[in-house]
Amino acid sequence: MSGARVAAAALFVRHRPAGVGALVLLVVAALAVAAPLLPLHNPDLTDLANRLQRPGAPGHPFGTDHLGRDLLARLVWGTRLSLAVGVFASLIAALAGSCIGIAAGFFGGRTDYLLMRGIDMLMAFPYILLALAIVAALGPGLLNALYAVAIVNIPFFARSVRGATATIAHREFVDAARLAGMRSGRIIAGEILPNVAPVITVAMSTTIGWMILETAGLSFLGLGSQPPQADLGSMLGEGRKSLINAPHVSVVPGAMIFIIVVSINLLGDGIRDLLDPRLRAGALSRPAPVTRIERAATGADDAHPPGGALLQVRGLHTRFVSAGARAQYAVNGVDLAVDAGQCLGLIGESGSGKSVTALSLLGLAPSPPAVISGGRVWLAGEDLLGANFERLRAIRGRRVSYIFQNPMAALHPLMTVGAQLTEAIRCHRRVPRRAALDEAVGLLRRVRIPGPEARARCYPHELSGGMRQRVGIALALANSPELVIADEPTTALDVTVQAQILQLLAQLRRERNLALIFVTHDFAVLSQLCDRVAVMYAGRIVESGATHDILSRPAHPYTAGLIRCAPRLGAGRRPAAIPGLPPAADHRPRGCAFAPRCERARAACEAGAVAPARLSATRRVRCLYPLEAA
Amino acid sequence: MRYVIRRLMAVVPVLLGLTVIVFSILAFLPGDPATAILGPYATPENVERLNRQLGLDKPPAQQYLIWLGNILQGDFGRSYSLNRPVLDEVLERFSATLILAGAALLLCTLWGILIGVRCAVGQYGWSDRLLTLTAVVGISVPSFWLGLLAILAFSVNLRWLPASGMFAVYGGGGAADLARHLILPALTLSVVATGVIARLTRSAMLEVLRQDFICAARARGVGERRVIYRHAFKAALVTIIPVIGVQAGFVLGGAVYVETVFQWPGVGRMLVQAISTRDIQLVQGGVVVVAASYVLLNLLADLAQHALDPKIKT
Repeated sequence: MSGARVAAAALFVRHRPAGVGALVLLVVAALAVAAPLLPLHNPDLTDLANRLQRPGAPGHPFGTDHLGRDLLARLVWGTRLSLAVGVFASLIAALAGSCIGIAAGFFGGRTDYLLMRGIDMLMAFPYILLALAIVAALGPGLLNALYAVAIVNIPFFARSVRGATATIAHREFVDAARLAGMRSGRIIAGEILPNVAPVITVAMSTTIGWMILETAGLSFLGLGSQPPQADLGSMLGEGRKSLINAPHVSVVPGAMIFIIVVSINLLGDGIRDLLDPRLRAGALSRPAPVTRIERAATGADDAHPPGGALLQVRGLHTRFVSAGARAQYAVNGVDLAVDAGQCLGLIGESGSGKSVTALSLLGLAPSPPAVISGGRVWLAGEDLLGANFERLRAIRGRRVSYIFQNPMAALHPLMTVGAQLTEAIRCHRRVPRRAALDEAVGLLRRVRIPGPEARARCYPHELSGGMRQRVGIALALANSPELVIADEPTTALDVTVQAQILQLLAQLRRERNLALIFVTHDFAVLSQLCDRVAVMYAGRIVESGATHDILSRPAHPYTAGLIRCAPRLGAGRRPAAIPGLPPAADHRPRGCAFAPRCERARAACEAGAVAPARLSATRRVRCLYPLEAA
Repeated sequence: MRYVIRRLMAVVPVLLGLTVIVFSILAFLPGDPATAILGPYATPENVERLNRQLGLDKPPAQQYLIWLGNILQGDFGRSYSLNRPVLDEVLERFSATLILAGAALLLCTLWGILIGVRCAVGQYGWSDRLLTLTAVVGISVPSFWLGLLAILAFSVNLRWLPASGMFAVYGGGGAADLARHLILPALTLSVVATGVIARLTRSAMLEVLRQDFICAARARGVGERRVIYRHAFKAALVTIIPVIGVQAGFVLGGAVYVETVFQWPGVGRMLVQAISTRDIQLVQGGVVVVAASYVLLNLLADLAQHALDPKIKT
């Protein structure tokens, strides 16, 4: 509980407008509550001799109205009335709406249907029109205006509470309570209500401002409070008659309504941010076009690539930083090299940092929260992490392209396949639209999509999973890149389709002399396609070398474990899981990250950093006690 | 096409339910309509005769069916206070409201989307902070107060624009005159909805910008401007359009205040007057026509959304 309070305090510090709103509201509410105690004039005392006095007149700091009544006193009492009406209206709406919502969400079926259709009917009316109709029926008056505004707001509460209830009503603990024979009333009071309370609070904080505004509006129209009783709205309505010669009489009460509603809405936004889990931890933040880079100053010797490979990665670090949470270390110093035409397999468990590595190469790891905190990436000698955006954009999709894991998510759902392909072509090369479309159809044909002309006019949801991934491959090949980075391109597909896609990739690679980085967790896939393998664990490459060497004689105990857990058809023995779990990403072990799970670990393993050791010309392993010696 | 037909069919029960609600709210008034029409000194015989004339001696269900039958034939009854057919008055007034609300809706859609996209693109930058704050202020402004301020500033002090009415009393008429009269009320009416649309556009854009297909478009080297205005905005529009449909309701309803402030001869002001004079037939007619047109507007918004998003096939 204290954690929640700390979070609330932190929010108001960070969310300054909400704090200001809360403060203003507090002052206004205190004034309204204390109205009978304050040394004010009688708000209803008329004094026609002193009518329409300007603000600052002796004895009347805010002036007087058309009957000579003191405006300050009327303002404070009017505020009191308006606030009371708004609060009561929102309580009524919340109570009625929540009852309907809980009943609909909890009992479901016919109850739900009938209640929600009724709510839909109320929502079919323009908001204020319904309030007007209700006031027309009940007759003008403040209480009637209050009811009207409350009724109009019921659907809002009913809908959001119903949604929240329906998701909870089928959770395990509610089912358990039902099976235990608990009565519905007790389940609702004990299990449902505490869980939907935040939803009700958010709904109240977003609507109470509206309700104050609407009741004031009805009073302004002469349908709410009737003289001599006056809320802010009717003060404004009466003052309007002397707008030109005494504008303050109407402007001041209006400003008060505005101040109240603004501060409520500011506070409401803060409350919503606090209670809505989607907004917490920066979940709703927009990734920038390039990953943020915060590299520590590196020496001059780092400025040039150490070899002549097509792609070289040196000491790449990427971490996830979000406010109020511990930094997550996803990539902790990765070194890679890929030669032209070569295929490198990057393998590891989920969470080992292989996808983040792949995305970091072209600055595509989403930031916030991702930050590249160190390292270099060279493409044919050019430092990509230091390149400006335009330079990077010219490389993305032109010289290096990506194939994503889930083609459904990676294709724009509302653009045809052809449009996306033509766009990919035309954003790098000046090709006329017509020619680009022909080229797009050619690409679809090259990835063996039957009937490419017709398919080009399809939306992604009209294609099968395998077809979609073929489109993804076509997109990656659109500008004949030198390097393709494929991030688990077959994981989301069924096994038979997987094989076809792999075959296609292998074939295209041979035809075009493509370099390929193939990210996967599957050794079987890797062995079909890759010349070299890099094994990743906890954000580091623990072993690298030629595919055949590593598969037949793994040197790192983790690699050996991974190979053992790969299921093999007809092997007759069950795959062996590696005991234990990878380290949590928010802490970096000092020594070998695999040591706690390793049967060969000794004291030295956890004592300090383990540098990669050279086993042969092409083979490196980051282990003090490798299975294979040099 | 099948979707369009189904959506059209779904409108029928909504419209029916709407008439039931309007009828039942207004038919069971605490007061007696005949007394309201004839005044407090009417003889009981006269009241009874009028009740029979108005059909008020029949059971409620039958009254409703008769009333429904009449309005389906375009007969909304007669306004006793104006002494003319309700439908004529409502249509005349509603066209004025439509001009006002239409202009306001256009303004709030345009500005709301522009501001919302701008905010999302520069999330947490100073322009985002400033514009989100402006949007909160916008949704909190009482339009009836803002209207008065606008009159004070632009009509009374600067004398730029007329303060009231739809046309100038002397020598008025024509589109230019209408436009001059329209500026202040339409701007006033659009402010709240602009704030709402801006806020929703911002969050819809942020939601979309986190999607994989945005990252994928960037990975293909698509320019940032195109990523935002073409890829992200196209996807966000699917969620923005229904919001605009809902805002149309707020604008139509909120027109009541603006019409009152600016003396715009619209249906909202007519309703307020009809409520004060207890002219029930006029209230019923006005509410039914406005609510029905709102339902149809939402239908349009749904169809537009459908046309935009090929996935909504059902």
